[in-house]
Amino acid sequence: MEAFTVHTGRGVPLRRSNVDTDQIIPAVWLKQVSRTGFEKGLFSAWRQDPSFVLNQPQYQGATILIAGPDFGTGSSREHAVWALQQYGFRVVISPRFGDIFRNNATKMGLLPVVLPTETVETLWETVERDPATEITVDLEARQVRAAGLTAGFDIDDYTRWRLMEGLDDIGLTLRHADEIAAYEQRRASWLPVTL
Amino acid sequence: MGRTLADKVYDAHVVRRAEGEPDLLYIDLHLVHEVTSPQAFDGLRMAGRKVRRPDLTIATEDHNVPTQNLLAPIADPVSRTQVETLRKNAAEFGIRLHPMGDEGQGIVHVIGPQLGLTQPGMTVVCGDSHTSTHGAFGALAFGIGTSEVEHVLATQTLPQIKPKNMAVTVNGTLPVGVTAKDLILAIIAKIGTGGGQGHIIEYRGEAIRGLSMEGRMTVCNMSIEAGARAGMIAPDETTFAYLKGRPHAPKGAEWDKAVEYWKSLRTDDDAVFDKEVVIDASTLTPYVTWGTNPGQGLPLSESVPDPASFEDPIERQAAERALEYMGLTPGTPLRDIKIDTVFVGSCTNGRIEDLRAVAEVLKGRKVADGVRMLIVPGSMKVKAQAQEEGLDEIFKAAGAEWREAGCSMCLAMNPDKLSPGERSASTSNRNFEGRQGPGGRTHLVSPAVAAATAVTGRLTAPADL
Repeated sequence: MEAFTVHTGRGVPLRRSNVDTDQIIPAVWLKQVSRTGFEKGLFSAWRQDPSFVLNQPQYQGATILIAGPDFGTGSSREHAVWALQQYGFRVVISPRFGDIFRNNATKMGLLPVVLPTETVETLWETVERDPATEITVDLEARQVRAAGLTAGFDIDDYTRWRLMEGLDDIGLTLRHADEIAAYEQRRASWLPVTL
Repeated sequence: MGRTLADKVYDAHVVRRAEGEPDLLYIDLHLVHEVTSPQAFDGLRMAGRKVRRPDLTIATEDHNVPTQNLLAPIADPVSRTQVETLRKNAAEFGIRLHPMGDEGQGIVHVIGPQLGLTQPGMTVVCGDSHTSTHGAFGALAFGIGTSEVEHVLATQTLPQIKPKNMAVTVNGTLPVGVTAKDLILAIIAKIGTGGGQGHIIEYRGEAIRGLSMEGRMTVCNMSIEAGARAGMIAPDETTFAYLKGRPHAPKGAEWDKAVEYWKSLRTDDDAVFDKEVVIDASTLTPYVTWGTNPGQGLPLSESVPDPASFEDPIERQAAERALEYMGLTPGTPLRDIKIDTVFVGSCTNGRIEDLRAVAEVLKGRKVADGVRMLIVPGSMKVKAQAQEEGLDEIFKAAGAEWREAGCSMCLAMNPDKLSPGERSASTSNRNFEGRQGPGGRTHLVSPAVAAATAVTGRLTAPADL
C-alpha cells in the first residue's frame, strides 16, 4: 500500500448523494481478473454524458473527489477503490461513506475523509469558483485546508498510523499467528467444516 | 450491563484485543465467488502464502454464470476467464468448489444456509455485500472487499473495530399478503440508505419472530441497503428446525450441545442499543421502489412523489435525478406504471418459498402480452425442489421462462439484462442506475407483487387481481 501523509491537489465537485459502487464502477468492469486497467471503468455510465463533471476540462488532473453524502454505498467491490486510484484520485471527501467502501479504501491507501455537509458545500463552491484552488489534505494533522478554510476530520489512530506507514494488514496480523492458533484450539467442536 | 446478540457473537470471536488496535476477529466460514477473489488469490501467490483454513472455506460460481445452455462454454470470453480462474485457484489452494452445472451450485448466500454451513453464533464473511443474509441465523455475517478476502484466506481472521448496536423492533403481525420483502423495503424507506451505517442491526419483535427462515434471510439480506454492517436475528425454534438434518449441521450429542449454546444467543433484557427504531407491522402493505436507491420506496397504493415535497435539499435533488432516470412523472399512481420485464430470483428472493409465492399467483393465469418474465432459482437444489413440486410447470404454462441457478439479472453480469429504457419489476435488492443493464429501470418488489405485475403488465399486488 502507498503511504499517505499529506497530499495537495485540486478538487472535483461531484454534487450527488448516494453514489453507489455500481455507479463508481459498473458490474461489466468487474469481470477482469487483474488489478489494473479499472480507470477506464470509473463512472463509465456517467462519463458518457459530455457535461459530467469529470469530462469538464477545468477539472482534469484533479486528485481529490468531493462528493455528497453516502458515497460508496452498495456492493463490496473493491474495484471501486482501484478505479478511483488508477484514475488519479488520492482522497475522497464526503459527509458519510458506505462502511465497506471506507474499509476497502483504507486497505489500499485511498483516503476517505468525512466532513460535515456544510463544509462539503463550501468546498464545492470554492472549487466551482476557482477550479485551480489547491486543497491540502493533511493526515498527520487530520486537517483539510483550502482557500482560507481549515477543517478538522476524525480518523482512528490505528488506521491513520497504518496509512501513514503504508503497512499491509496481512503482515501485521501474521505477527500474531500464535494467538490465532491458540484461538483455534478453543473453538467449539460442533462448528462445521467444508471439506 | 447486559450484552446484545451481536456483542455476544462478536466477543466470542476475538482472538486478540490490545489497546489502540482493532480487535482481531476469527472467521468461522469464508464464502468465495469468482468476482471478488481472483486478485486475492494472486496476492497470496505473490507473497508465497497459503490458505490457512481451506476447510472453513467454500466457493461457488454465481455472478457470471449463464442461466441457460449450461453445457455450452460461457460465450463471453471475459466471464469465462473469470470462472476458469476460480476453478484454477480452488484446485491450487485446495478449496471446495461448486461449479456451474454441479447439483450443489448456486448463489453463494443460498448455498451456505442450504448446506447447513451457516449456523447461529458463527462469523461468516464473503467478498459480497449481501453476506448479511446469513445473519438470519444469529450469525455475525458481513461483506468484505478483495483485500480483506486475501486477509481472511491467509489468516482466517480480520482486524475489526466493533460496530455499534441498532435495534429494529417490528411489533404486531404482518397483514395477509404482506411479506418479508415488503417489510424490509418499508424499513429502508424509513431509516434511509445510510440509516444503519456503522451499526449491526438486530431485527426483533413479534413480526420478526413470526417469519420463516427464508423470510428472515430476505430481511437480513437487505441490511446493507440500509447501510448497516450486518443484520441479525436471534436464533429460536424456527432456526433449529430449519437447520436440523442439513448436511453440515451438528449431529447426535454435538447437536444437543450446539442447541444449548445457541439458546444463549439473545440480547439480554438490560442491554442497551445505540439506536432504536420501532415499526408497527400491522400498518404495512405491499411496498415498491420508485427511485434509484432502495430507500426510495412507498406503499404500492401511493403515487410517484413530487421532489418538491422533500424538505431536505439533498433528498430533493436525489429525487429529481431519480425521476429523470426512471422516466416517471410526479403524481402518477404507482399502480399505473407499466413494466416490460419481471425478474424473480437473487439472494434476496430466490429460495423455494419465494418460488411458491410466485406459483400461487401465476397458477391458472398468463403473463401479459409484451412482458418477459424470468424465473431464476437461487440454487440448483432450489431448482430441483421446485420441479419436484411441479412449480416449473405452472411457470411455463403461464408463459414465464424457467432458468438455471445464478445471480442473473440482479446485477446483469451474465447475459440476462435489461436494454436501455426497459423497466423491470424485480425481486432483487438494488434499483441503482444501470444495475440490471445500462439504462435499465428497476422497481424492487416482493415475489408475490412480481408475479401479479407479470399478469397485468403494471405494478400490481395479488389482491388487485
